[in-house]
Amino acid sequence: MSIISSIRPRRGRNVELALLIFAVAIVLFAHISTGLGAKGVVPPRALAIGGIFIALTVAFHLVLRWRAPWADPLILPIVTVLNGMGLVMIDRIDLAENRTIHTGWAFKQLLWTGLGITLATLVVLFLRDHRLLRRYTYLAGVVGFVLLLMPLMPFIGTSVYSAKLWITIGSFQFQPGEISKILLTIFFAGYLVQTRDALSVAGKRVLGMQLPRGRDLAPILLAWLASVGVLVFERDLGSSLLFFGLFVSMLYVATERISWVAIGMGLFAAGAFAAYLLFDHVQVRVELWLHTFSPAALQVSDQLALGLMGMGSGGLFGTGLGLGRPDITYFAHSDFIIPSLGEEIGLIGLFALLILFVLLVERGMRTAIGTRDGFGKLLASGLAFSIALQCFVVVGGVTRVIPLTGLTMPFMSAGGSSLLANWIIVGILLRISHHARQPLPEAKPAGPIGELRTEAVSTP
Amino acid sequence: MNAPIRRLSVLVGLLFASLLVSTTLIQYVFAASLNARPDNRRTLLSAYNRDRGPILVGTTTIAQSKQTKGGEFTWLRTYPQGKDYAHITGYFSFFGAAGGLELAENSLLSGRSDKLFYRRASDLITGRKPQGATLKLTINAAVQKAAVDALGGQRGAAVAIDPRTGAILAMVSNPTYDPNILSGHDLSAVEKAYAALNADPKKPLVNRAIGGNLYPPGSTFKIVTAAAALSTGRYAPDTQLPGPASLDLPQTTTNLDNANGRPCGSGTVTMTYALQQSCNTPFAYVGMQIGASALREQAARFGFGDELAIPLRVQPSTFPATLDEPQTAQSSIGGYEVRVSPLQMAMIAGAIGNNGVVMRPYLVQSVMGSDLSVIEEAQPERLSEAVTPTVAAQLTAMMRAVVEGGTGHNAQIPGVAVAGKTGTARHADGKAPHAWFISFAPADNPTIAVAVVVEEGGSAGQEAAGGTVSAPIARAMMEAALRK
Repeated sequence: MSIISSIRPRRGRNVELALLIFAVAIVLFAHISTGLGAKGVVPPRALAIGGIFIALTVAFHLVLRWRAPWADPLILPIVTVLNGMGLVMIDRIDLAENRTIHTGWAFKQLLWTGLGITLATLVVLFLRDHRLLRRYTYLAGVVGFVLLLMPLMPFIGTSVYSAKLWITIGSFQFQPGEISKILLTIFFAGYLVQTRDALSVAGKRVLGMQLPRGRDLAPILLAWLASVGVLVFERDLGSSLLFFGLFVSMLYVATERISWVAIGMGLFAAGAFAAYLLFDHVQVRVELWLHTFSPAALQVSDQLALGLMGMGSGGLFGTGLGLGRPDITYFAHSDFIIPSLGEEIGLIGLFALLILFVLLVERGMRTAIGTRDGFGKLLASGLAFSIALQCFVVVGGVTRVIPLTGLTMPFMSAGGSSLLANWIIVGILLRISHHARQPLPEAKPAGPIGELRTEAVSTP
Repeated sequence: MNAPIRRLSVLVGLLFASLLVSTTLIQYVFAASLNARPDNRRTLLSAYNRDRGPILVGTTTIAQSKQTKGGEFTWLRTYPQGKDYAHITGYFSFFGAAGGLELAENSLLSGRSDKLFYRRASDLITGRKPQGATLKLTINAAVQKAAVDALGGQRGAAVAIDPRTGAILAMVSNPTYDPNILSGHDLSAVEKAYAALNADPKKPLVNRAIGGNLYPPGSTFKIVTAAAALSTGRYAPDTQLPGPASLDLPQTTTNLDNANGRPCGSGTVTMTYALQQSCNTPFAYVGMQIGASALREQAARFGFGDELAIPLRVQPSTFPATLDEPQTAQSSIGGYEVRVSPLQMAMIAGAIGNNGVVMRPYLVQSVMGSDLSVIEEAQPERLSEAVTPTVAAQLTAMMRAVVEGGTGHNAQIPGVAVAGKTGTARHADGKAPHAWFISFAPADNPTIAVAVVVEEGGSAGQEAAGGTVSAPIARAMMEAALRK
């Protein structure tokens, strides 16, 4: 860990407030534009919804002023735009499919958004120091793994379109993988900050790379087995890639050893290839990915093809909100929300959204670099990278960079579990960023004057 | 730990860069090919959700888009005149615009043509939904109706043009189809109807007037042979020609006979008489005398081999590229491998009536905006000079003789001089001949030129001849044009 130079940063709370108002204005404008495009009228509840949205986010902003005044000022406005544009598109799909406020997804998503912002606010209020989380390292690990594997349990595990990512208790459906993502990041951070010294002890040198000792391979092998288990039994490449990628990246950050990344990628490639050879459902996914438009693939599923044609019809500038036909693609409001947006706001709009995601993730990384404790660094970089990886898996899936998976787009796809989990991540990142950006208390000169470093002193 | 975090940030940048590339590939580089996919419902829907411009004949609408209530297709394309204009309109279906003007003028009808640029630009600014252009046709509804009625259920085609301009006054092809059943919004019904029409051995979807398998012209081609002969200057209408019952063809054992197996007149006749009675042997003789290349050049001057778009594509008529003497003899009476479209034959009749000048045929009189302001007006254009005015006058007199006292007497119209030529084209052993008639009227200053072909004799069967089957159809069309 290097010593952070203490350039006194600005709190940026006023910037945050201005950006928040701008963010809500963008979303409100998009919402009104959707109504005008699809129905020719301004949506009846536009101002009420905009009001609720601004009230919730400004309340969060005030809590930040009070309890985390040094928190990163860009994170909240960015997430507000992303969440808001997701809402706009979900509402637009509801309109296209003639769903009412009761049967549609948009109103539910709005409730989940409110709940998500509330939860994030509570995290900032009550989690006074992120290092408290380190106390629950192993509890988080156990609960995280149980949640991850829960959809496999009899009775409550639910298979949705062949992927087992859901559990059902009574009438309540939940995607436990989203919450387990946070818990496992806490676990990995706590575990790795303890064991990083042991794990970075060098073993043999092969091909210019310092390999770890054989006995230190146990944790990565366990994580690998768990991720292969998810791939094979939950039939989901996305979750599998997400968890293993998260673990390997955090292992790399903790140990600073590239050999772990090589070992991890090798293991994952071998596991994925073996699964491809052994399991039909993996082969089908790969076939759909490589030959999306072949008659055989279209027989199995034309969802990806429909999404691609939707994006194509949007072109550079999009059809305009409310003027395309995103509802032709199945799951246009959840897994395929990115093609839906691409169709109506065009390549330019999609670029803007992706850049916002990059900014969000890089603010998280900046927080990790700025924070002073190892646990905080690992936690912040892990949470930020999990968002990046999930975006890549989802957008890469619908644009044929990788095979399509059943993950949801962070902050945008319809779905409560995902939205809550990601807002909690926002809360934690804001908390860590407060600690990262808060200047150190002025230290009194200690020791003989000769050992002190030169300091620039401002003169009145 | 900061160095690996920085590298992880770079990795995040790379991951997102790959997404920027993939989205650019889909939404920009390959967007056009994705949109062109036949199974792309969005493309189809956007076509169905456009107000395509109507097609008008006089004040009658023959194609229009009607707003539908409910359903995902906003506009329904209908053809109020149905079958009668099917080959002119074509149809606008799930499979896109096909046949006729729907296809040939798709960009204008759909409103995407560059000719509508300023209009589109103003639509973009005012937010008005784009509307397709209106097409007003050259068709004369009365002539079209006369052709439809006179042709009745017989297979064949009838075309009429204005010889002075090339404007197409009527274009009928039988059998026909109802374009409304192909433009409906019930996909399975449309698919079924299309499959049935496509499988029909009588080929109702083919516009016989300008395409499909071309017809042998039979004796109507003697006009071309006569034109070539008169143009040499070595022949005149009263030049005496040998007209035996049978002409011994050189290099072969076969003979070329007159249709009735008897000598033409006294055995030696004028060219006018030979044309009037449609004797084969005199024209076969003339053809061999002037040679295949003279015939070929004359045919080309009438428009053979030209790629024409009216704007519907016209299948070029053909005269064989190489011929020996007996083949030349056969070709000069419209046999062997000479193939023509009815439109081409109407152009030949029209050129003779128009002092030898062939006008470029066209179907669209004007293109109008949705507010009926004229965007483009057709300008008549000379295609070629087929014969000199002198030769044209000579041919006109000969063709008048055909109608006044020869095989074409069924085309006579009281009080109007009509010039015409019959044709009875044998095309296959055992099958009834195709009956042809081409004509123009009034002979001295024609306003209409007609070509009619009835396949395999029509209702007359084996007994069919151009003069009995097709001449009355041509007469009905000419009368309809001259009546007003």
